[in-house]
Amino acid sequence: MTWFLRNWDQVLLGLYEHIVISASALGISFVLAFAVGLWAARRESVFQAALAISGFLYTIPTLAFLALLIPVVGLGKTNAIVVMVCFSLLILIRNIATGIRGAPGEVVDAARGMGMSGTQVLWKVEVPLAMPVIVAGLRIAAVTVISVSVVAAYIGAGGLGTLIFNGIANDHAPKIWAGALTACALAVAVDLSLAAWERRLLRRTRG
Amino acid sequence: MNLLLEAWTFILEHPARFGQALFTHVTLSAAALLTACAIAIPLGVYLADRARGALVAINAANIGRTLPSLAVLALVMPILGTGFAPSWFALTLLAIPPILINTVTAVREVDADVVDAARGMGMDAGEIIRKIKLPLALPVLFAGVRTAAVQVVSGAVLAAYIGGGGLGDFITAGIAMMAVPQLLVGAIPATLLSLGTDFLFGRIQRWLTPPGLRT
Repeated sequence: MTWFLRNWDQVLLGLYEHIVISASALGISFVLAFAVGLWAARRESVFQAALAISGFLYTIPTLAFLALLIPVVGLGKTNAIVVMVCFSLLILIRNIATGIRGAPGEVVDAARGMGMSGTQVLWKVEVPLAMPVIVAGLRIAAVTVISVSVVAAYIGAGGLGTLIFNGIANDHAPKIWAGALTACALAVAVDLSLAAWERRLLRRTRG
Repeated sequence: MNLLLEAWTFILEHPARFGQALFTHVTLSAAALLTACAIAIPLGVYLADRARGALVAINAANIGRTLPSLAVLALVMPILGTGFAPSWFALTLLAIPPILINTVTAVREVDADVVDAARGMGMDAGEIIRKIKLPLALPVLFAGVRTAAVQVVSGAVLAAYIGGGGLGDFITAGIAMMAVPQLLVGAIPATLLSLGTDFLFGRIQRWLTPPGLRT
């Protein structure tokens, strides 16, 4: 505790780096996933492929994935972000496509009958109805990305993992505690707030 | 390709070291998974009938599930030290949430009419659990075990940081010395082990599911 009070700036810096790297990976991933997700929602074969590949990638151990990319992209933030995007991309594609496909056929028909164009149906009917499922995917993706970036500190991506690894290397328990507990707190906080958002959206779409 | 060849040569030159790491990895994962099953399945069956207990357990397990694996391993180290036993403990903690959530859900979803019928036939509480609830809950319950198994095999790679051994040792050493072939000696088998575990447990899950319910 005293270590934490004396070095709170280090923890804060770690937390800041952690959030920045996780958020940038998630942002990149979300933009890509949205485009592919729309495509997958219309085409069964793309959807099936996304499901299969996401299942496959999700099984690869994080550290092994980071290590496998070292010969290709080297150490550092790029490597970490590629792994985070790979892990989160397919969860997001899966949920975006599932959500859009979940819009009831009669609602879409009604919207079309009212004279909406394809784009209007998408943005005014299908996407709003898909929001709870999309946010559910975002929640899993966010927690995954935060978890990956703890490990990614080992290959020099920065963040809270740095404190943990320094603590382990120097056998300095307070540093380990500070890094690990802050990482846990961040993951739980993000999970709970996205869960709250998801519930609010569910209430609204069920009306 | 050259790197792969070098990695292969490394294995051929150090068969004992590789075998030892693989053995530790599998033993550590299996020990953690079995311990987690021994704790989470009975606890889940017990809690399933108690609405409040089940709610608390599921919420706690959901929080447990979001915790980064490495953070859990790191938190155990200052308390229990380094080595096989602390890694075993940490990996067990990681494996409990998915098994517990699926056990509680699976047992709760067993048709109440079936349980009533069993009771009407004169079965006691123990028989209802053994002969009715567990068999019907098994496919969903085992899906949780499968998730936990993959998580444990992946998590065991990280156990290298707290001296748990396993294939992660090659990865950490490889990164430290920037020896790419050595790093692949850890990373490729660890990936294959993880994929193999998922496949194997998927097969068992299918086999446990009654033919009529298979998709």
